[in-house]
Amino acid sequence: MHSPIATLNESVLAPGGLDLDRLQGLVGRLSVGSVDYGDLFFERAEAESWSLEDGEVKDASFHQDTGVGVRAVAGDRQGFAYSSEVSESRIRDAIDAAVRIQKDSGETTTVALQPKVSPCLYQPMNPILEQASQQKIEYLKTLDAAARAADPRISEVQASLTISYREILVAATDGTLAADVRPLVRLSLTVLAQANGRRERGSSGLGGRYDLATLLTPAHIAQLVDQAVAQALVNLEAIDAPAGEFPVVLGSGWPGVLLHEAVGHGLEGDFNRKGSSFYSGKIGTRVAAPGVTVVDDGTLVDRRGSLNVDDEGVQSQRNVLIEDGLLVGYMQDKMNARLMGVPPTGNGRRESYAHLPMPRMTNTFMEAGTAHRDDMIRSVKKGVLAVNFGGGQVDITSGQFVFAASEAYLIEDGQVTAPIKGATLIGHGPKVMQAISMIGADVALDTGIGVCGKNGQSVPVGVGQPSLKIDRLTVGGTA
Amino acid sequence: MVAEFNPQLEKSRLSERIEWILSTAKQHGADACEVAASSHLGLDVQARMGHVEKLELNRDQSVSVTVFSGQSRGSATTTDFSDAALLRSIDAAMAMARVTAPDPAAVLATPAQMIQSVPDLSLDHPWSLTPDQALELAISAEAAGLAVDPRLTNSEGASVSSTRGVAVHGTSEGLLVSQASSVHGMSCVLIAEDGESRERNYAYTHDRHPTNLMRAEDIGVEAARKTLERLHARKCQTGEVPVLFAADVASGLLGHLFSAIGGNALYRKASYLLDRLGTQVMPEWVSIFEDPRLLGAIGSSAYDGDGLPTHRQAFIEQGQLVRYVLSLYSAKRLGMETTHNAGGVRNIRFGGDASWDALVRQMDRGLIVTDLMGQGVNLVTGDYSRGASGFWVEGGEIQYPVQEVTVAGHLDQLFKHHLVAVGADIDTRKSLASGSMLFDRMMVAGESA
Repeated sequence: MHSPIATLNESVLAPGGLDLDRLQGLVGRLSVGSVDYGDLFFERAEAESWSLEDGEVKDASFHQDTGVGVRAVAGDRQGFAYSSEVSESRIRDAIDAAVRIQKDSGETTTVALQPKVSPCLYQPMNPILEQASQQKIEYLKTLDAAARAADPRISEVQASLTISYREILVAATDGTLAADVRPLVRLSLTVLAQANGRRERGSSGLGGRYDLATLLTPAHIAQLVDQAVAQALVNLEAIDAPAGEFPVVLGSGWPGVLLHEAVGHGLEGDFNRKGSSFYSGKIGTRVAAPGVTVVDDGTLVDRRGSLNVDDEGVQSQRNVLIEDGLLVGYMQDKMNARLMGVPPTGNGRRESYAHLPMPRMTNTFMEAGTAHRDDMIRSVKKGVLAVNFGGGQVDITSGQFVFAASEAYLIEDGQVTAPIKGATLIGHGPKVMQAISMIGADVALDTGIGVCGKNGQSVPVGVGQPSLKIDRLTVGGTA
Repeated sequence: MVAEFNPQLEKSRLSERIEWILSTAKQHGADACEVAASSHLGLDVQARMGHVEKLELNRDQSVSVTVFSGQSRGSATTTDFSDAALLRSIDAAMAMARVTAPDPAAVLATPAQMIQSVPDLSLDHPWSLTPDQALELAISAEAAGLAVDPRLTNSEGASVSSTRGVAVHGTSEGLLVSQASSVHGMSCVLIAEDGESRERNYAYTHDRHPTNLMRAEDIGVEAARKTLERLHARKCQTGEVPVLFAADVASGLLGHLFSAIGGNALYRKASYLLDRLGTQVMPEWVSIFEDPRLLGAIGSSAYDGDGLPTHRQAFIEQGQLVRYVLSLYSAKRLGMETTHNAGGVRNIRFGGDASWDALVRQMDRGLIVTDLMGQGVNLVTGDYSRGASGFWVEGGEIQYPVQEVTVAGHLDQLFKHHLVAVGADIDTRKSLASGSMLFDRMMVAGESA
């Protein structure tokens, strides 16, 4: 098998007339004047998607994109240019544009690139090429038939399969030469249930950095159908959600979007370096209830948010953010780490070569406690059990965050009673984290569906948590 | 440097590529083909705490190809305009078109339907701006903002951007049209601190014409005012009260209604306004038109995504839903006629006579919403629940800033029964723009009594 560096050499560098010597020369050209870091980021990406509607796959598309991004960093200043044509002359132009961020001309220096051997958390393969189109179509049709067969009230089914493949190579003035080959697959299912004049939607999805043989299984059909159909049918019976402050019990897995919003973004190095996060300057202080340990871990095998190396060529790692309720660390890219005098943490990520890297999450989750979800429910007189969510959002300066429940139930006198309509939950990150009173033993990661947006850039992420009881959270219902 | 963008040259380059794709696709067995290509050149400069933080030169291009094999189709997109990459896209799309199921609704515009000549809507205006000048503007915006009050202690920066581009659309049925356009903008994000309270807020301006932009200093000062106003925000009580959506967020709310009458949601039966054509969806005093050919407006286009001419038309008349938002495809799915809205509505301007102050007085007691958070909008059912911040109003006067609350209701009920007034303050920075909207009742969740 090829090393990722050899793969990129063949697929991107050589066709652009580049070899490692020339690459070294270009990186040297970037190391000029007061530039204290610069990198070239080469990328070749392909994606294929298949969509089913009305029982047929009528829509399919293929995407290919190759390019190079050039960045020069001087202090906290960044110059950036990119080109979708990989050639020495285009890269030189981009370098000249990027180094304009600083006014010193000075001599360029020689940089000795040190090829880095990266770990192998996922197979460096292209899942697009793995199976014939007909097999992918048949799988989606089987999924459709299973969803329709699950209940007569299911009236519409939409399903999609997205397969993407990305090769990246970073060559930097600090000598970094690293590459990564990243497969990413995802299945999504949305069903509409109809009964008694009401229509409700249910959805499910799963995926990760693995092959189609692992994704397109009968077991996954059952899992997707069960979840989406159950959600739609439950929502058909849903009554209005309550409005006001209540105890809330959160399910395990995807509800970890709570941590992503309430904690994660606020601990990204850029916001903390600038002092714009609610968590700025709070290292060592209590920001969550005792027993709460939150980790960002890019090294989980086959996970959607995992990376062998980040988009700056730094090996991903397990970073503890909050330990037993105390804030212990931020997530860093190279620039913010250098400015804050700490090591980078493998969280430098970018959407593509046409975007600047930033500190971003990978897989963010809370570690298990010892409580049982049934005990959490039993301890609530009037409250809400929320087991599934749409997305969330946070204002990292005030600490205010939201996440929207898509499947939730009322808890009355320690019993789960009626399903309630989707409602937004809103709180203040650190206050909510300190209001966690019970932590389940049932920690789980989501099924591989997360997309995180920041400054207009999207990257795949994972979230997870055990079941949790939060003593007080505002529930945005209408009743 | 962005002013050097040559739309004529880019137009010929993209048109040549499109013609090449159309003829190559035909040679490769395509029965029909549609190609959309665009190219942009942009400058994006950001300053923070008085000095440059980011200087970005953006040169983007992309092409999307859809090929038909009988009634089956496949599509491909790429940023690489070389023969080899385009050939690979055509072949990938053809391979897909051979295996996808036929879709009788997927049709291209006939020559009779296509726009015949594209009028100049004055959408492209260069801004002769060097990176250094852009930087000076950003620095002055931020400095003007930070100077307003010592509680403004920090900044997420001010940015200035200028982009020009051209989009060309061609089909095997003979369509070949193009439009050049520009967007220039400035924005500023400031942070204020007072005791335990820490808040951020922003202001922005953007326009197709650089001379219509707000002054840099005014952007900074507006960001400062909006940020200071947020300090010491707190929850209000839970309860059903009147709610006034400021123009910025009212536009988004109106956007939900337009999504619900969009063809894609309707043919999927995923809309709370299914089968409601010809019925009351807003109060009788409401009529809403789109005006897609306004000169120089942000949402303007002479033709839609299918290459059909756009025109002024009503969607709501005296509160009745008189038209869905349909493309060739969604119209065919619904057994209706296209409304020339492939790509959505353009330049909706919904406003009334009331001034902002009059709306606040009319509300008397309730919540002003200036910002919304999260995605709690269910278009299938119309259920609406989102995070909100704004101000509490008593006796027609603002009392204190509010945050960490939600506003919830049902979109159909809200628009039909609870919309009582709309302001004259239409936010024309948006293509789908509304004045501030006053609703007589919504559920606000905050502190429990």
